[in-house]
Amino acid sequence: MPQYTQFQPKEYRPKMSAYWYLDHWHYLRYALREASSFFVAYFCVLTLVQLAALGTNATRYAHFQAFMASPVMIIVNVIALAFFLLHAITWFNLVPRVVMRQMLARPTPDIVSSAPNYFVWFGATIILALFIMGVL
Amino acid sequence: MSAGKRSNEPIVWFLFGTGGFFAAFFLPVHVLFYGLLFPTGLVHAPSYQETLALVRHPLARIYLFALLTFCFFHAAHRMRLTLSDVLNLRHLNTVLAFLCYGGALVGTAFTVWLLMTV
Repeated sequence: MPQYTQFQPKEYRPKMSAYWYLDHWHYLRYALREASSFFVAYFCVLTLVQLAALGTNATRYAHFQAFMASPVMIIVNVIALAFFLLHAITWFNLVPRVVMRQMLARPTPDIVSSAPNYFVWFGATIILALFIMGVL
Repeated sequence: MSAGKRSNEPIVWFLFGTGGFFAAFFLPVHVLFYGLLFPTGLVHAPSYQETLALVRHPLARIYLFALLTFCFFHAAHRMRLTLSDVLNLRHLNTVLAFLCYGGALVGTAFTVWLLMTV
């Protein structure tokens, strides 16, 4: 007669702390990088509010500008800028991770692979800044 | 992958990746000027008429449409995965996908509407 266990063994469920991202600096950096998405969404919505104010009239746009000058908004936007920079730098540094690259039969150093991103970023920032300031 | 059942991952990844590109290259300068330098007065802000003329330029409309749409989907995809992985909400995956991608679609609709009426 075959031997059966009387009870089914319990399913293995690995337990993970809800605060696993605090266990290691690399985990925290990953969590912060992913959290940049909330600020991307925030700033896109803010830009829509700006467009709506711009499309209404000059008074509404002046209200929007006054709202943006409030200390709370300045602080939030400083945090948003920090998250955008974290996103940008981690995004640019992905190039050596995902692209096969070699030069003169040798692997290109990481910094050389990601450097073009930084040049394009710098150029794009200057051009956009000139348009935003109304110089171009 | 089973025959006849196509994954939607390539579409989602295309939107996420393109949005990541836009967010990395272009969002920092936007928040730097409209969020910090203009409100604090460190740089003189252009007038209402000048800003309106800039936004009404056809190339600016196309740029803003691409920027906002792709960034909305980029944010939606990452927010879904962040809530799912970082906050251990995998059991709510379907609800999160509906809310995040639905939110991105609503954002895109508002973008189109505002850029056509501004």
